[in-house]
Amino acid sequence: MTAKKTIPLEELAPGSSALVRDLGGGKDFASHLSAMGLSIGSRVKMLQNTGHGPLLVLVRDTRIALGRGQALKIMVEELRSEQREPEDE
Amino acid sequence: MSNASQKMSERPSVIDSKPSKQGMLIGLAGQPNVGKTTVFNLLTGLSQHVGNWPGKTVEHKEGTFFHNGTQLHIVDLPGTYSLTANSPEERVAREFILHERPDVIVMIADASALERNLYLLAELLVLPVPVVLGLNMMDVAEAEGIHIEPHVLEAALGLPVIPLVAARNQGVSELITAAEGLAREPTRFQPVRPEIAAPHREVLAQVHALLNNHVPEPYCADWVALKLLEGDAELTEKVHPWLPEDAWLSIAALLKEHEDAVLDIASGRYEWIERMVRAAVTHPRLGQISVTDHLDRFAVHPFWGLLLLLAVFGFVFWITFTIATPIQHWLDVYVVEGLQAWLATALTEAPSWLADLLVHGVLGGVGVVVTFVPILAVFFTALAFLEDTGYLARAAYMMDRFMHFLGLHGKSFLPLFLGFGCNVPAIMGARVIDSQSGRLLTILLAPLVPCSARLMVLALLTPIFFGKQAIWVSWSLVCLNMLVLAVVGITLNRTLFRGQHTAFIMELPLYHLPGLRSVGLFVWNNIWSFLRKAGTIILLVSIIVWVLSSFPGADVEQSYLARFGQSMAPVGELMGMDWRMIVALLSSFIAKENAIATLGVLYGAGEEGRGFAETISAVVSPATALSFLTVTMLFIPCAATVAVMYQETRSWRWTLFDVALLLVIALLAGVMVYQGANCLGLGVSSA
Repeated sequence: MTAKKTIPLEELAPGSSALVRDLGGGKDFASHLSAMGLSIGSRVKMLQNTGHGPLLVLVRDTRIALGRGQALKIMVEELRSEQREPEDE
Repeated sequence: MSNASQKMSERPSVIDSKPSKQGMLIGLAGQPNVGKTTVFNLLTGLSQHVGNWPGKTVEHKEGTFFHNGTQLHIVDLPGTYSLTANSPEERVAREFILHERPDVIVMIADASALERNLYLLAELLVLPVPVVLGLNMMDVAEAEGIHIEPHVLEAALGLPVIPLVAARNQGVSELITAAEGLAREPTRFQPVRPEIAAPHREVLAQVHALLNNHVPEPYCADWVALKLLEGDAELTEKVHPWLPEDAWLSIAALLKEHEDAVLDIASGRYEWIERMVRAAVTHPRLGQISVTDHLDRFAVHPFWGLLLLLAVFGFVFWITFTIATPIQHWLDVYVVEGLQAWLATALTEAPSWLADLLVHGVLGGVGVVVTFVPILAVFFTALAFLEDTGYLARAAYMMDRFMHFLGLHGKSFLPLFLGFGCNVPAIMGARVIDSQSGRLLTILLAPLVPCSARLMVLALLTPIFFGKQAIWVSWSLVCLNMLVLAVVGITLNRTLFRGQHTAFIMELPLYHLPGLRSVGLFVWNNIWSFLRKAGTIILLVSIIVWVLSSFPGADVEQSYLARFGQSMAPVGELMGMDWRMIVALLSSFIAKENAIATLGVLYGAGEEGRGFAETISAVVSPATALSFLTVTMLFIPCAATVAVMYQETRSWRWTLFDVALLLVIALLAGVMVYQGANCLGLGVSSA
């Protein structure tokens, strides 16, 4: 399987969806994120990302606000439009 | 994972030996915002007792409930997303389960976010306690188009699953029946537990084998092994002394090699969750936009959201003081003064010192405490509404940008903003902040927000000394406070709180109508705890200050308080203040407004037909007034603030640290301002 390109969650544009591929930042951070729904393989949709300040994502039916610093440590693989499900629109 | 279930049926039947008359202990668990508190309030009502877990600042709530003749003790565990060692709330929850040995855990889940909620269930199932799952907010789930079959989920999970709509009191009784039933027959509890993802299964088995029989009661090897692999700080420390050195070294080596095991543990849990949920939940892809999404388009909009936020906070501020102030006044005049008058006449036979002590010292102190109650009542009601509806999370999200660089949490904004009215609700309002360090920092910084009492002193004194410039002087003093707040915040954050600052990650729950019962209980619990704790301290301090200012002489000038002020004269000189100003500062410790009254008395206002303004400006120079005002603005406002600070931090260390810190800052600022103003030629009074 070819390695797909991953970007930090921080760079995901509003309206786009992605799959979480890696959680940097140490065990405690990964633990906390996983418990809130952001685990490896979970589908994330970016709701708001203004380029500065915290951002808002939708993951496992939960709206989560994240600091930019945190979002930089989460690596995601963006989903192209054909991979998205209608519910993501 | 079969060891745990074996252990359970082997468990020295703590439950079987309990006759139904003696009651049952139930733990109520769940993630935040799932309606757990609603269920708890429905069951326990006013029987609930809110305190703190021993040695911690985490709120402890428990209550009793009678069901079919059995008395049930219910403990509302803190809402947590998981059971790691990373926060005091989580530690409290798991310690309760391990050491208090509840008969059953009732876990409340939000049916509209079931996948995420079951993560906590996955954690609970590794602990030696039976669990019943309550699926709350079934109505919200249905509205979102999510259809869940509780029976199917029950069959898949192997434990009772009860649907509820707690907000309408539907299903709660069935939930308790199921919980009681399971507690009486723990062998019926045969859950299907999650497994760690394949890559680390072998390692987990190895760690488990190394732990062998060294795991003491009440811990169980399954849970300990899993937690060690997760990198659990608390358990890693605990386990070391249990094991022979070579076993420990082997485990430590394994853990070091597999630091990424935590990701596989999480994946394993979600794999299990997906299996459980697959048959039971149908999530039609309707692409509906919920009410929450509609509202959020404005609430978190960079421009409209900010406008809404300012409007909401302005409204809360306005309503707190508009409703509370007349009630305060009424209480002061009709209740407190009325009581004082009555008591004075009742004690005409008693020695005058006793009458004075009781009427002015004690009742006076009570009066001070009582004046806070209306403000707190209105404020807490507003706060409960904001939190319950879900709006507070949006406000925190919007404000986080600004609060973050101070090391504060977005949720710190509302409490600090309230501080402009009064610091007491500001400090108590810090309870809404989830992280302990964020909460502590907010509490420490709250006194730097100039409260209305201080603003009033400002408004009274500045025109006397600065005439037309009064507004500018006042404004600069307020800005000075804000500047000091920012500097202290950043400094404290960098030094004391380094490494403790938790990442900003917060759930924005769905909007919903607030439960009036919950709001009522929240307000009641908070006011009651204020009266019990801070109230007694304020009363004591009032009495002490009254005694110090009334003895031994006939008037203030000869009192102990005055003598203390005189002894402080050298320090005062640096700030341009004589002993009388110092005494005024000291007396303002009870209430800032006292400063004016004391100044009036000490400077002999009203004598020879001269008013307060004339008297004071003749004796005191603008430079002195400026330094007096600076110190007043920057120092801890009053005894009530200190009392509440102790109540909320539960630590004399932090309270005294803040008092000392602010004292030093205030004095330094006072000295600098006086010397500076002196140089500018303001050091001469108008006489």
